[in-house]
Amino acid sequence: MASFSLTVNGKRETVDVSPDTPLLWVLRDTLGLTGTKYGCGIGQCSACAVHMDGEPTRSCRTPISAAANKRVTTIEGLSPAKMNTLQQAWIDEQVPQCGYCQSGQIMAAAALLARKPSPTDADIDDAMSPHICRCGTYQRIRSAMHRAAGGARAEAGQ
Amino acid sequence: MTGQRATGNGESRREFLRTSALAGAGLVVGFRFTSRAEAQEISTAAADFAPNAYIRIAADGTITLFADHVELGQGITTALPMILADELDADWDTVRLERLQDDPSAWPRPIRTVGSQSVRGSWMSLRNAAAVVRESLALAAAKEWNVDRVSVRTEKGFAIHGASNRRIGYGELTGAAAEIVKGDVGFSLKEPAEFTIIGTKRARADIPAKVNGRAQFGLDVRVPGMLVATVIRPPVIGGKVKSFDPATAKAVDGVKEVVEFENGVAVLANDTWSALKGRKALVVEWDDGANVALSSAGLRQQYTTLMGSAANVAATRGDPEALLRSSAASITADYELPFAAHATMEPMNCTAHVRADGCEVWASTQGPTGVQQTVAQLLGIPQKSVTVHVMMVGGGFGRKSNNDPVIDAVRLSKIVNAPVKVMWTREDDMQHDRYRPFGLHKLRGAVDASGIPVAWTHRIVSLHALSAGDTMGGASDLPYGIPNFRADYVTPPASVPVQPWRSVGHSQNGFVTESFLDELAVAGKKDPVELRRALLANAQARDAARYAGVLELAVSKSSWGKPMPAGQGRGIAVHAMTGSYVAQIAEVSVVNNSIRVNKVVCAVDCGIVINPDTLASQVEGAIIYGLTCALKNEITVTGGRIDQDNFNTYPMLRINEAPHVEVYTVASTESPGGMGEPGVPPIAAAVGNAVFAATGKRLRKLPFRLV
Repeated sequence: MASFSLTVNGKRETVDVSPDTPLLWVLRDTLGLTGTKYGCGIGQCSACAVHMDGEPTRSCRTPISAAANKRVTTIEGLSPAKMNTLQQAWIDEQVPQCGYCQSGQIMAAAALLARKPSPTDADIDDAMSPHICRCGTYQRIRSAMHRAAGGARAEAGQ
Repeated sequence: MTGQRATGNGESRREFLRTSALAGAGLVVGFRFTSRAEAQEISTAAADFAPNAYIRIAADGTITLFADHVELGQGITTALPMILADELDADWDTVRLERLQDDPSAWPRPIRTVGSQSVRGSWMSLRNAAAVVRESLALAAAKEWNVDRVSVRTEKGFAIHGASNRRIGYGELTGAAAEIVKGDVGFSLKEPAEFTIIGTKRARADIPAKVNGRAQFGLDVRVPGMLVATVIRPPVIGGKVKSFDPATAKAVDGVKEVVEFENGVAVLANDTWSALKGRKALVVEWDDGANVALSSAGLRQQYTTLMGSAANVAATRGDPEALLRSSAASITADYELPFAAHATMEPMNCTAHVRADGCEVWASTQGPTGVQQTVAQLLGIPQKSVTVHVMMVGGGFGRKSNNDPVIDAVRLSKIVNAPVKVMWTREDDMQHDRYRPFGLHKLRGAVDASGIPVAWTHRIVSLHALSAGDTMGGASDLPYGIPNFRADYVTPPASVPVQPWRSVGHSQNGFVTESFLDELAVAGKKDPVELRRALLANAQARDAARYAGVLELAVSKSSWGKPMPAGQGRGIAVHAMTGSYVAQIAEVSVVNNSIRVNKVVCAVDCGIVINPDTLASQVEGAIIYGLTCALKNEITVTGGRIDQDNFNTYPMLRINEAPHVEVYTVASTESPGGMGEPGVPPIAAAVGNAVFAATGKRLRKLPFRLV
């Protein structure tokens, strides 16, 4: 066991866990942030995606030792007060079915839109193909990302 | 709606309603959802009538439907309130659904969310109950105002007397209506043209919590004092634990217990990672048992032999053998489908707390009643001593109608005398699934001089995921007018565990029959659409017109018949199940022997549509589910062990491979059909037929491989 400090959703946290503990289980078990999901444990499905220093990161393959002193954002911290443009687009397009993979999908989409406010379909393919949705909501994910990009452009007066 | 129409259709509300003492002020009526589509059958004998759902109108006008249907992302927790709100003339914004789960007096209530039944099995019973409640509210208002019932109409949560311009909210009428509903109330149902909510797009109630991380799935359950368990199961099907040394696992920080039990060896820890580490440290010696020689190659050989043995006939007419012998143009084709895993995104899991006075279970399940029964039997306690908390389900597809993880959790909680959450790893989930069965199919057909099929036989060798009838679904009830016909099956010995997989036998037979029909079109030199038209026009099936309807709609929305560039092709398939009819036209490109599906046009006739956007979403998802299976999925067995163990060896279709899907519906006033499954069966055939159009290569084995 060892002590690690990190910032999760803007809050400083210190956890006392084994250094090899994946960030996923620290978030879920130690900090009680269950919005981040376990899907495969081997970095194949990206249900566990969070942002680490702004970058989309598979938390199941990130030991806590590599997350120490980093800024981590989970689905719960994406827009805590209200639904942001992206989450609202997810609702408007009625994207989720079972919903289990959607936290990871939304975190990846948010990271892409932060980097590239008007993504092309090819950009979306690149950013989102690490993610598996067994319910097959891919078409709506794409539509929601274009909608959110359009909404963000409209807000910026472009 | 108005009260002008003659009320009463001879039904008495006594036969299917109970006023109830369910907690809360206002008007509460209990009714009963039937488990199958015979919901029109409402005359449950009074003596054994027990409600399994309730409608409550509170004094403040809020309306709650209490029901146990499980939300799998198919939108049932929105569709049922829509049906209620419409028939009740309620204000949509005041209606919601709540689970009934914590009211043990309401057991038994046989709710299973399987077989695309939730809407079609609820449709009439819910509407009947809602119509009686609406009529009682209108009668209460008429009495209050001392006016004729016929002068009172109901709209958006109000009873309205137009002549005097008076209105009164449902909430204020609950006291008087509660008395009226105890008596005989004649009632009438709305005509489809009168629907104002049914058939309109309504946002799903379950979605907001699924975009902000707040939805609580089974795996998210946290109970004070809970241990997290992972179970090492026998790697060879049917194996047993021989020996193990718990010391290596117990040496891992956080591990509390290492337990051998009926299902394997469990490592229980304070947290998930410690349990997983403990499991990794543990070495178990296995007694592999009788299945060490079991293999996919061996099963293929065994099934091939069985193909020639005596078969059970599921359906037959005419004399196909004579035609097949005498016809100049007769063909035979062998199709093969591998085992397939469900691979729900949320792996199997369950949390249980066995106590002296009963058991509490938190389950990600399609079958709360089955969970309760299983736990009661396991512990030898009454069903009502088992509380089942139904969590959000991270993918069902048939898999979560099975209680394997419930049994794990209950047994372990009893042994360690603490709440236990059992988590199956993805590897456990994939290697210890109960799979869609492996199957061999032999088809023979003959066409006459004009190119029309006149004989068809279809033999299936496959284990039964449910019953033989389910295995034959979509094979024995082919709609086409082929005069000489036989569908039969041979049941092989049990080997790999099987269970229903989204659309069950239809998922396999839709591929096989619609591919083989394409082969007969080629043999008879017919356009595949023309041939289906001809066979449906000539069909005996009562519902042939509905098959034809979706065929024509799909054709009209696609570019069927228009030339395509080299290496591209279009294919069609039509299928029906659960009272719904689906036609799909797929457009594919084949480049370097790799298949890319660019577009799927899908036409659906599922009768009355409740929520059209949810319907489209179910079809889009079903196409991806079926396409993933067609292009990628194969579970194989070697030495009695499943070869695949995660998404790297059992890959999934991803966004960059997903086709553009268009969904169109046939306008209909027929009762609703189920739509959770029917989008799956045609897609593999539509794609296989499109690949044939593009390349001339006929694909008869899943998953598709061109080399």
